[in-house]
This record gives sequence, C-alpha cells and structure tokens, in this order.
Amino acid sequence: MTPNKSPTQKRELRVRPIENGTVIDHIKAGQSLNVLRILGIPDSSEDVVSVVINASGEHGKKDVVKIENRELNVREVDKITLIAPNAVINIIRHFDVFEKKHVVIPQNIEGVVRCINPNCISNSSEPVTSKFTVTSAKGKIVLQCKYCERVITENIADRLL
Amino acid sequence: MTFKDLNIISMKDFSRDTIDHILNTAEKLEPVARGLEKSDLLDGKVLSLLFFEPSTRTRMSFETAMIRLGGRVLNLGSVEASSIAKGESLADTIRVVEGYSDAIVLRHPKEGSAQMASELVSVPIINAGDGAGHHPTQTFLDLYTIRQESHLDGVKIAIAGDLKYGRTVHSLCYALSLYGAEITLVSPKELRLPDEIIYDLKKRNIKVTQTDSIEEAIRNIEVLYVTRIQKERFPDPAEYNKVASNLLITPQLLEKADPKLKIMHPLPRINEIDPRVDDTDHACYFNQSFYGVPVRMALLALVMGVLE
Repeated sequence: MTPNKSPTQKRELRVRPIENGTVIDHIKAGQSLNVLRILGIPDSSEDVVSVVINASGEHGKKDVVKIENRELNVREVDKITLIAPNAVINIIRHFDVFEKKHVVIPQNIEGVVRCINPNCISNSSEPVTSKFTVTSAKGKIVLQCKYCERVITENIADRLL
Repeated sequence: MTFKDLNIISMKDFSRDTIDHILNTAEKLEPVARGLEKSDLLDGKVLSLLFFEPSTRTRMSFETAMIRLGGRVLNLGSVEASSIAKGESLADTIRVVEGYSDAIVLRHPKEGSAQMASELVSVPIINAGDGAGHHPTQTFLDLYTIRQESHLDGVKIAIAGDLKYGRTVHSLCYALSLYGAEITLVSPKELRLPDEIIYDLKKRNIKVTQTDSIEEAIRNIEVLYVTRIQKERFPDPAEYNKVASNLLITPQLLEKADPKLKIMHPLPRINEIDPRVDDTDHACYFNQSFYGVPVRMALLALVMGVLE
C-alpha cells in the first residue's frame, strides 16, 4: 500500500528545487516551450530541465522553467524578454537564490529576430544583421525593423534567429 | 541641424523646420535650375548614381542638378554591364563607389537598402527609392510643387489612385501631416491606404476622409495628386479598366472643381489623366517634374556641405 503524501511532498514532486542553475519564473502561460526553443534545449543542455505549464501565480496562470547547472547570458535573456516580458530570472547557487532579476525590455535588439518582410535587405544575402527597435504597448512587445520599418507584434517566437 | 554628410533615407528623419529650410534653399537655386544663372557651387565634386532599377526622371534630374551646379556625375550604368552581374554584393559595390564619390544616390529593389548603405560608408547616401519603402526626394519635390503652385499650410488635398502600394503616397501623407493638411483619399477599396498609415495620420489630428468617388472629392480641394494604377495589380483586366475609368481625370470632371485647383502626378502616367487636361491651368505635373531639379540641387549642395 502506498502511503499518503503530504501536500508539501506533492509540490516537491512537481517542482523539484535545483542546486545550481536558473529558474525562469512568471513566463506567460503557454510560452515555456518557446523559451526552451530560444535556449536550444534539449540540444544545448546535458542536465535536467523541468517545465511547469499553467502554474497558479498572483496574476493568473504562468509557466516556470528550471534549468540545472546553467546560468543564462545577456543575449539569451534578451530573447526571452521578447516572448515573456514579465519573466523573472532567478540564478540559483547551492539551493539558494543568488540573484533575482526582472527582465528588462531592451530598446534595441540585433541579430535576434528575422524581419517579417521577405523583401527587406536584412533578409537578403547582403552582410547585414537584423536590427529592431523594441517598444511595448499594453503589455505587448512591438518590434520595428530598422531597415524596412515593418512592425512585428504577433508570433515573435516564430521569427527568432 | 547640420546638413553636411547627412543621409537622406526617409521623410521621418525630417522635421517641418528642416523641410522648410530645404524648400527655401531650392527656391533660391531655381534660377540656376532654369539655366538663367550659372553656378559653380559643386565644382570639383563627384556624385555617383547607382540605379539597380529603371528610372528616367529621378536619375536625369539628379544628373541635371549636379551639372547645373558645376559638379560631375558617375553613373553605374546598366546592372548587366557592371560587377553586380558577376555576383558582387550591394555592400561591396557601395564601399567601392565611396572611394570615387562625394555622395551616392541609390535606387535598389530591396526595402532598407539605403539604410544599410548608409551604415557602411561615410559619404552621404541619398535614397532614390528602396523597393516599396521610401523615396524622400520625390516627397521633397512634391512638397515644393504644392508650395510653389498652391500653398502648403493646411492645404486641402486629394490623393487618388493606388494608395496601397504607391511608395510616394505613404511618405507624402506623412510629410503633409506636418503641415496640417486636410487629406481626402480616393481609391477603390482594394487599393486603399493601409490602415496603420491612416491610424498614424489620425493620431496626428489630421483630417482624413476616404472615398471611392473622384467626383465627390474634386469639389472642395486645392490640389489633386494623381498616382498611377498598375495594371499588374489586377488579375482581371476588366476590373482594371473599370477602376481606371472611374478615376480618370477629364476636362468635364474639372468643370466641377475650383478654378485654382492644381493637378499633380509623379509620372509616368498611363491613362489616369486625359491629355486634354494638359493645356488647362490645372495641370502642373510637368512643372512638378522640373521642380525635381532645384530640390535635388538643394539637397546635394546641403549634404555636400557647400551650403548651410
């Protein structure tokens, strides 16, 4: 007979604390798989990655991603900002939160997103890196191509380079 | 604002004051553009023209502008006869041509090409059309035409034709918004100005109305700006003919207009304006194409730093 587990034990099973690595919290519900895609997981990580989808948060449903033994770099954080502008990134060392930071929407991004306009010079064979200005309106990220001025507001995750 | 070495990429880079300064400079240079006075303002200067797409007016008026000011012009010539045909990138071409010139005029089929070029070289880049993007020197000459032939401040203007794809129209609407224009947009539903541009104009408190009837629009305007409707946009030739005939400008239509109404067209026209209109006081499209010369003279003299 299996003994009953306490509520704490149940939570433990769902979201196991990690010893070292990164916990990305407050990801917009449903975007965690795109976060994994940005981070190149599973190909870029040998270690365990846990994903919680539709967890209850203060402001409704959210996703959480826990990546063991990896701390994110600025470029990775920039990309995450575009699809999860409210995310909080916790760097974990020895089971403690070593650093907690809210993502900051960058004013400009380079080489992160492909322009939606097939006739934009940044989508040609010319040696040019895509550049966008980033603004947010009503909690939504708005990207404007520095070259052709085309605006991207939807499905940014699909446009990531 | 310092004009020396300034890139002319998009109208959005220019304030009303700056535009006024460019138009005032053009006005001062107009006697030179007409050949009534001589000038050696750009003596010893070299302008390179890189046209990767066909052009008559823009290319020739840049050449004329440079020659009238005593400068010289280098022409890339046909793409087929240049290194582009061997697969050279635009980026490399621009960097090579920088070594030969004091300024570069670029027309290229890709949107954003002029912006990219301006990031690669230190001589000024003048955008003469980047795909469906910008064509700022056309807008400067359109504004100059409106100012010389009618008036700019609060002008009541109708813009008719292909408002969806016409690159000149988008830049012109933006620039007119700086002058508090009242804009009537005349086009069939399928060729209407994109919603985001109308939204942007309304945000600037510009009075914008849309109609598909040229007869309705013509009664209360001071300027009518006609654009070419491209046949290839219509899969069905009958549909094209219907749209084109509904927007045709005829002497009969003009009987309903203000006698001072001026009609503009960036040319080439196909059959948007009845040739009988050419001899009326309304027609100013040939003046408009001439005004490209003083306006481009002003831009060249300013970006090459010989005028302030």
